[in-house]
Amino acid sequence: MELAEAIILSVLAASTPLLIAATGELVTERSGVLNLGVEGMMIVGAACGFGGAWLTGSTIIGALCGIFAGTLLSLAFAAMTLGLAVNQVATGLALTILGIGLSGLIGAGFVGERITPAPHLHIPFVTDIPLVGRILFGEDGFVYLSLALVIAVWLFLYRTRAGLVLRACGDNHISAHALGYPVLRIRMFAVMFGGACAGLAGAYLPLAYTPFFIPGMTAGRGWIALALVVFSSWRPGRLVIGAYLFGAVTILQLHAQGAGLGIPSQFMSALPYLATVIVLVLISRARTGGSTAPAALGTVFVPDR
Amino acid sequence: MQLVLEKRAERSNTIALVSPLIAIGLTIVTMSILFAILKKNPISALGVYFIDPLTDSYSLQEIAVKATPLVMIAIGLSLCYLANAWNIGAEGQFLVGAVAGSWLAVKTQGTDAGHWVLPAMLLLGAAAGALYALIPAICKVRFGASEILTSLMLVYVADLFLDYLVRGPWRDPAGFNFPTTAEFDPVATVPVLIEGGRLHLGAIIALVVVAAATVLLGRTIKGFEIRVVGAAPRAARFGGFNSKQLVLLTFAISGALAGLAGIIEVAGPVGHLQPGVSPGYGFTAIIVAFLGRLNPIGILIAGLFLALTFIGGEQAQIAMKIPLDVTKVFQGILLFYVLACDSLILYRFRLIFPSRQVSRGAG
Repeated sequence: MELAEAIILSVLAASTPLLIAATGELVTERSGVLNLGVEGMMIVGAACGFGGAWLTGSTIIGALCGIFAGTLLSLAFAAMTLGLAVNQVATGLALTILGIGLSGLIGAGFVGERITPAPHLHIPFVTDIPLVGRILFGEDGFVYLSLALVIAVWLFLYRTRAGLVLRACGDNHISAHALGYPVLRIRMFAVMFGGACAGLAGAYLPLAYTPFFIPGMTAGRGWIALALVVFSSWRPGRLVIGAYLFGAVTILQLHAQGAGLGIPSQFMSALPYLATVIVLVLISRARTGGSTAPAALGTVFVPDR
Repeated sequence: MQLVLEKRAERSNTIALVSPLIAIGLTIVTMSILFAILKKNPISALGVYFIDPLTDSYSLQEIAVKATPLVMIAIGLSLCYLANAWNIGAEGQFLVGAVAGSWLAVKTQGTDAGHWVLPAMLLLGAAAGALYALIPAICKVRFGASEILTSLMLVYVADLFLDYLVRGPWRDPAGFNFPTTAEFDPVATVPVLIEGGRLHLGAIIALVVVAAATVLLGRTIKGFEIRVVGAAPRAARFGGFNSKQLVLLTFAISGALAGLAGIIEVAGPVGHLQPGVSPGYGFTAIIVAFLGRLNPIGILIAGLFLALTFIGGEQAQIAMKIPLDVTKVFQGILLFYVLACDSLILYRFRLIFPSRQVSRGAG
């Protein structure tokens, strides 16, 4: 039972950055913008988040630094794709390449340093309940925040007028524009939200997952988050399932490596990436009847006057 | 007063010519600021980056050596991008090509195999790269899975596979436990062009690839179909072009070129298979493709320029202790500016002065 508890705890920890980043990207994509730069924003968020926490000793300031860095990068993306109507796929790639370089530059001074990991919730007696206590009431703050974020995004998208307008922009920007909604401004906010989430997700890695910074520590998680959005059919609820499934694959392969099944460790490490490919194929195949993607996803919009 | 973007009546050919130059200019300005922030003299840093490598023959050869894989991969990618197929996994196809070709080199090591080994290795590399690229392409045309994500995921898989081989079955027994194969035999090595130099046969192959791509795009029906499918998908449908087949074709070509570049790199400048045979060629080639505006000759020039930044970056690290990551930042910023300037080919900025009565609510 101890082992099961440890596995569930580590699955939650491994899933949280995926969930946060994917939630942000889901909002961005729902507004009709495909930002492929999640990996770049995450890795810069990781470097800035660690830097902030290392300099101040505060996890919260670290997280804010990550959010700020992610937002700043997403603004550059917005300026290009919304302001200059540049191809979103190419700009997203540019953002990732730039982000990987920037994070190396920013993080160079912190490599080898350690920080105190983010504190875990502890309610006397409640957290000590066997089996479920630590899983439900003993996580770090980010885990609860990520779930709150998903609920907030769900409420926003499906239960508010602003959410409806945002989805309208993603499905048909010409109609939304004709109705008088500021499509580009709405998309800019959606892109910024995605950037903030990616930055926070990146910051989670050095702040809570492993208490140090290594260059390239996101290791493709930004791309997996993008795949999760497709997996979820652009719905927040399914995102939670997807993120925890992927977290489980990541952790199970680590445990399998530890157990020494005689399978080379590299094959196990490749599992999350292979799983992403397989899941993308299965999901896309199941959806041959009609696409659930926002109809205007990835298309440029230049308002006419 | 408001600054708005509006579509030009037709694409501006003047801007199309000067925009890469504007982009490079803006990048250099930005880099000077970055150097100043890093407390390095911008003028001397730029000198080390862009001028010094051009002044001695060793560096000049090294630029051509680095440009070889970049140009070959970027040519393939440009075909994909022209056809609106987004292969961003060239890095993985490069590694798989390197692995497949190396298999033959490892198996024939120490035998009296003749001069057929190298050509066979190159063929194997190209074939493996093409097959590996066909995985995301088939997932795309058959199941509608995003080729962007699948091709990228396969980069990590290829990287881990290579890592497994050189740490496990293919490790050089006499290699002091380093994760590398033994040095390839002479018959499994790409010959150098000048005795004692670094420039190798791959450079010639890259030039042939550039010429072939020029002919393909400018002189053949297939090339025309590739461009139409990307630029005007509706017109392509009316024209009866098979866009799925073109996705498969462009992915296969670009995978083959990336795989070929991979085995040439391993059998040429590196000489053995090891992790990290590519300093991110597959990703830098994306920048090369765009900077060269998806045109073979443009890609050749852009490839040489990006190769210059690799060499300049290495020299700047040695001479001025400028971190290597600056090169990646440089490449990312360059791609940003290239894309931004390209926007001005199709659009232009206009200042509009709305009269006060209309401006309210017209937003």
